[in-house]
Amino acid sequence: MEMKKIKFVINGQPCELKVYPWATLLEMIREDLQLIGTKEGCGQGECGSCTVIMDGKTINSCLVPAVEADGKEITTIEGLARGDKLHPVQEAFVENAGMQCGFCTPGMIMSAKALLDRNPAPSDEEIRAGIAGNFCRCTGYTKIIESIRAAAALMEGRK
Amino acid sequence: MEDYSVIGKRIPRIDGRVKVTGEAKYAADYAMPGMLWCKILRSPHAHARILNIDTSRAEKLPGVKAVLTGKDFNGWRWGWMPQSRDEAPLADDKVRYLAEAVAAVAAVDERTAEKATELIQVEYEELPGIFDPEEAMNDGAPKVYDHVKNNVSFEFHMNFGDVEQAFAESDLVREDRFETGRVITGYLEPPSAVALWDSSGITIWAAKQSPYFPYRHLAACFNLPLNKIRVIQPFIGGGFGGTKNDSLAGDFCACLFSKMTGKPVKFVYSMEEVLMTCRRRHNMIIHNKMGMKKDGTLTGMHSRVIADGGGHTAIGPLTMYLTGCMSTLPYKLPNFKHDAYRIFTNNPIGAAMRGHGVTHTRFAAEIQMEMMAEELGIDPLEVRLKNGISAPHKTINKVTVDSCGLIEGLETLARRPEWKDKDRKKGIEGPISHGVGISGTAYLSGARQRGHQSCGAVVRVCEDGTVNYLTGASDCGQGSDTVLVQIVAEELGLDMDSVDIKRVDTALTPCDAGSYGSRVTVLAGEAAQKAARDVRDQLARIAAEKWEVDAGDIAFKNQQVFVRSAPEKTMSFENLAKIASYAGAGAVIIGKGYSQYGLEPYDFNKGEGDAGTSYSFTSQLSEVDVDLETGFVKCSKMVIAHDCGKPLNPINVEAQNQGAAVQGLGQTLYEEFKMVRGETQNPDLRDYKMPLAPDTPDIEVIDIITDDPHGPYGAKEASEGAIVSTPPSVVSAIHDATGIWFKELPVTPEKILRALKNLPQK
Repeated sequence: MEMKKIKFVINGQPCELKVYPWATLLEMIREDLQLIGTKEGCGQGECGSCTVIMDGKTINSCLVPAVEADGKEITTIEGLARGDKLHPVQEAFVENAGMQCGFCTPGMIMSAKALLDRNPAPSDEEIRAGIAGNFCRCTGYTKIIESIRAAAALMEGRK
Repeated sequence: MEDYSVIGKRIPRIDGRVKVTGEAKYAADYAMPGMLWCKILRSPHAHARILNIDTSRAEKLPGVKAVLTGKDFNGWRWGWMPQSRDEAPLADDKVRYLAEAVAAVAAVDERTAEKATELIQVEYEELPGIFDPEEAMNDGAPKVYDHVKNNVSFEFHMNFGDVEQAFAESDLVREDRFETGRVITGYLEPPSAVALWDSSGITIWAAKQSPYFPYRHLAACFNLPLNKIRVIQPFIGGGFGGTKNDSLAGDFCACLFSKMTGKPVKFVYSMEEVLMTCRRRHNMIIHNKMGMKKDGTLTGMHSRVIADGGGHTAIGPLTMYLTGCMSTLPYKLPNFKHDAYRIFTNNPIGAAMRGHGVTHTRFAAEIQMEMMAEELGIDPLEVRLKNGISAPHKTINKVTVDSCGLIEGLETLARRPEWKDKDRKKGIEGPISHGVGISGTAYLSGARQRGHQSCGAVVRVCEDGTVNYLTGASDCGQGSDTVLVQIVAEELGLDMDSVDIKRVDTALTPCDAGSYGSRVTVLAGEAAQKAARDVRDQLARIAAEKWEVDAGDIAFKNQQVFVRSAPEKTMSFENLAKIASYAGAGAVIIGKGYSQYGLEPYDFNKGEGDAGTSYSFTSQLSEVDVDLETGFVKCSKMVIAHDCGKPLNPINVEAQNQGAAVQGLGQTLYEEFKMVRGETQNPDLRDYKMPLAPDTPDIEVIDIITDDPHGPYGAKEASEGAIVSTPPSVVSAIHDATGIWFKELPVTPEKILRALKNLPQK
């Protein structure tokens, strides 16, 4: 089958690639672009480990064909920090023990960022709903929720 | 309390930054030039004899480089005990559970490898299967192993005191049947590895929480000396016991493929492979009999445990041991009899999982004790306070407890408004009935298995005063790397940034038994402490010589070295390191240490002695809202009063308790493999229901400080206790809300509705 040429912006950088029609966005991100921070847990859109932000919305990149990225703007976990300066969500996760094994963390942080971008002061219930597509088997979520709450405060303070 | 600089502080994880930026590399993130992909062919039958395997069509597929079947491993088997080595890398005679590995392909890419597995033709003779452990024990049941009578994989018996007399003298005796569910660890990172076999031996980057297990398995399988086995540990995406504490078909096949092809070989299991074939918690049937005096005093207990072991033995004997040896904690039990049977079936393999063995029998005993208290009109808290132990305590099977925060934990919960005001909050609002439950449980820390037990540590001082710390201990997410670095930094008076830790590399790091049984902080912590003190002693001698004082008078704090009796004599740690390295002939400062706690042997056959170096105590309060119309349970709050001796990193201890509690909540309410004739009906994360954020309560953790005399800085277990305390406290809360005792996990809405309507359980 023929490869298709697509153009998109990833983590602020314009990019042009040829992808197979059957390739997933996750494969493109991890293999073609070598951005290995995005993880594959279940490959079935259930676990949320592969969450990235495409045009402002979180998606399970394991379910989205790579060709769908054409003309879109994508942010992965690698696109959050500015040099050495962590994004407030990242900073809050480090300070508040928001991660343990770290495997769900990139996807979780992307969901948290998308949530805070659309709702800068979420209630605990809204936080729980905002990360309802991301499994974490280590933390029991309490510290993740505290991290997101802290991130909201950090982001509020920086405005 | 001693004035520590970093111990006891809420220090952020040292791996936090690499984990939030995506830099942390897990096994599946490794790739090498020329790398091949390995895929496994799995059996479509739960029980069948392998008659013939024809690999010729697969071999001819373009891109396929090699194919393996069971015969290529020459009959080699592995297992936890010498007498229980019954698992082959690829099945070579029979398959004993559905989707057991039978062949493997190495090809240029993953898709080709997958396609090639479909071209392998296996001729099977299907055999009658056995899927119910109680039926499997009957004479005439199909045999999983021809030589094993009644499919008994392992049995373990304990008998202390006289339970029959105890029951005769009791005012109340109860017998109940409990059952725990079919659940799995649920890590999100599927097992994966990249293996390379070259002239230096085997190097494997593998997702292992205890890398020294596969280190030994690979050496034994391929008849290589240990110094030719190099297991390098990437970051690990969760462990929780079982699979990542063991070897897999993929590990052995990737190594052998690499030898055959000269190429690095990678595999990544799919989540379906994980949920269908990886090790899961044993599901257990517990026939429990308990005696009690009118005043609530426990007189004796007899447990008969039947565990579904699946197709192989794995670590099952230890599971069975733990179901019994820990039953004498945390309540005074003068008479105890235990008969545990691990049974082979044609189900997936039962093995270790967080709370190993203990969570099953403690659930049964906690609930039964409370049922009896209820019959006698005794409050659930009171019956626990009445029977709960205090330190020092020695159980009837010679388990020694030198620190115990059980009573203090229970009393702490008793003062909480959630408990004090429970009768006020009780009652039904609309369809919702509110309930509160309590539990008091124990777990071991510094667990000891059989065989090699010690942890080693090496601390190496660089000439600029920074430090490399080498440990064989594994952080699979629990935060042990951070705690161990805290220990080294504390002993040397350094800050956290001055101490670097690399992950396990069996060619470089000192041997360590692994991450299981809540042993890392206690045992690897002791090793780290000793190695750092060795460095301190060496440096102190050099400083003492320079200042012409006694070496015992030298102290290390805040990156400085000084003379205690003459604090004006001071220099930076960096400066002392330079003096040590450069003065005269120069010195190389390397400290070493290994753990030596708990060297007294325990009697594995009798169930006597200490299987851990210390014991933690967890008291837990859970609140639930039960919807009487739908049977749905929402756990709204948990308060955990946990005695980990002393928390070396309190934020980490809280996090461990919270994680364990939610994993425990999953197995109490939601998680369950649906099995039909050995086939897992729900091998995906949609239908195997692990808790998500909206399902979980706020969890408050209260540290009960007991300062254990054995652990480093007084520390004990912090990661498993709450998975033992959660199921009974939640089930007790459901009882409070509904008046019904549920004895089978998970307590699903269906079971609740059936019970509320007085219908038989399915």
